[in-house]
Amino acid sequence: MSGGHAHHTLYLPGTSVLHRLPAQVKLVAAVLAVLAIVAAPREQFWAFGVFAVVIVILAVTAGIPLLLIARRLLIELPFIGFALLLPFVASGERTDVLGLHLSTDGLWGAWELLATATLGVSVSILLASTTPLREVLTGLERLRMPTLIVQIMSFMIRYADVVADELRRMRIARESRGFVASNIRHWPVLGRSAGALFVRCFERGERVHLAMLSRGYTGRMPQPEGDGATMTTWGLALSLPVLFAAVSLTAAVLT
Amino acid sequence: MSDALRLRGLSFSYPDGHLALDGVDLTVQQGERVALLGPNGAGKTTLALHLNGIHTATSGSVEISGMPVDKGNLAEIRRRVGIVFQDPDDQLFMPTVRDDVAFGPRNLGLGQAEVAQRVDQALTQVRLHDVADRPPHHLSFGQRRRAAVATVLAMDPDILVLDEPSSNLDPAARRELAEVLLSLDVTILMITHDLPYALQLCPRSVVLADHRIQADAPTAQLLADDEQLAKYRLELPFGFSVPTA
Ligand SMILES: Nc1ncnc2c1ncn2[C@@H]1O[C@H](COP(=O)(O)OP(=O)(O)OP(=O)(O)O)[C@@H](O)[C@H]1O
Ligand SMILES: [Mg+2]
Repeated sequence: MSGGHAHHTLYLPGTSVLHRLPAQVKLVAAVLAVLAIVAAPREQFWAFGVFAVVIVILAVTAGIPLLLIARRLLIELPFIGFALLLPFVASGERTDVLGLHLSTDGLWGAWELLATATLGVSVSILLASTTPLREVLTGLERLRMPTLIVQIMSFMIRYADVVADELRRMRIARESRGFVASNIRHWPVLGRSAGALFVRCFERGERVHLAMLSRGYTGRMPQPEGDGATMTTWGLALSLPVLFAAVSLTAAVLT
Repeated sequence: MSDALRLRGLSFSYPDGHLALDGVDLTVQQGERVALLGPNGAGKTTLALHLNGIHTATSGSVEISGMPVDKGNLAEIRRRVGIVFQDPDDQLFMPTVRDDVAFGPRNLGLGQAEVAQRVDQALTQVRLHDVADRPPHHLSFGQRRRAAVATVLAMDPDILVLDEPSSNLDPAARRELAEVLLSLDVTILMITHDLPYALQLCPRSVVLADHRIQADAPTAQLLADDEQLAKYRLELPFGFSVPTA
């Protein structure tokens, strides 16, 4: 039944420094680090090298397998597709690579897109792998993120759980009655299951919400204990974006 | 002393037009333990959801300790009335049992130490300390039911409303829950199909059928009246009988 709970899978439990830092501190550090990456001039390849090395070091410290990061990077596939198109469609000066007549601007654009997307997504993966989603949400609240947005996000997470659970129950109920979807003729059954799933999730979500209201829920999740980040933790976490910003700045001066 | 609970002519139709309650009158005194009996679909759960303002009466009134249940005092009403839902999966949604039990007290705005103390006490009462840090959806149904009871006990309500609390409990857990409930100094309204449980816990029983209260009597007297029981589809388990007083 594990794995059915989508939101638990992103988080890898651990005790590293990265795990222990308060969520709001990590959030700010991650956003700033990504901004620093985006700001780096694309001509300075070494800067991107430095970013990548630092990210790898952080991942190793947090005990996150690099292979796992690589797999999660797959979400940037659509960007890669777009990046690969750029050299063909972009206008401007042309150059010949391996017999292909490509746009220089397009090539640079593709490289920049790929490098910044990969590094930026890696930073988010580091964050997600070391911070339970619930803490990300309370972190957002502590950062004075509008409660409504945080609420919508927490509902999405809760419903993801609800859906996964209903799905599992329905599958078990189907299979207990001898049904195993093995070929296309079974699809109508699955279709009807999907319809029932939608209704059941909706109604269960409603009942869960009612039960929350009964316990005094007013639209704001109560704060779990252990908040207040000290200056030292902020300093520690912000050293990452500071380092990245320094690299970008140096790169910009050199260009 | 004011009544803990007072329903006057309570009627309610679901948005789809289905009439669930039609003129329910019920008064429960402070400290009373009352069983709410009735066949499936009688409207027992629907009635319970009126007691803390989840449902709003189509007509009629609901008062908790003399305070009408309306938008203005929902927070206070929900502090006073604790509902344990029929399906524990509706009640439990936090990542761990401990977090879930803490959810209500935190909503009350209590301090950390007070929350921790309440959580601890509630978990002890239902004997769930050993699974406190596990996700609720990994527990057995009976354990989840006990966790659901703990989430409400932690709020320290004046009125405890339990929707079929004994279903799916093993006999020992069922007895332990009875002991917990008997030890509490609160008003209890217990919805149940478990008539011996009603007899053990609640000196008074009311029967909800055909959208309103049809009988209101001492539990022993009601359960001894075979004719009444049959009329409302109530049956004692095989081998049981309650002697006529
Ligand atoms: N969300 C809903 N929308 C429409 N009708 C509903 C809804 N929930 C319940 N009902 C209807 O209201 C009536 C009362 O339902 P309720 O759940 O209160 O019964 P109950 O007495 O708790 O039954 P049980 O003993 O099976 O738990 C039923 O006829 C049911 O079909
Ligand atoms: Mg019911």
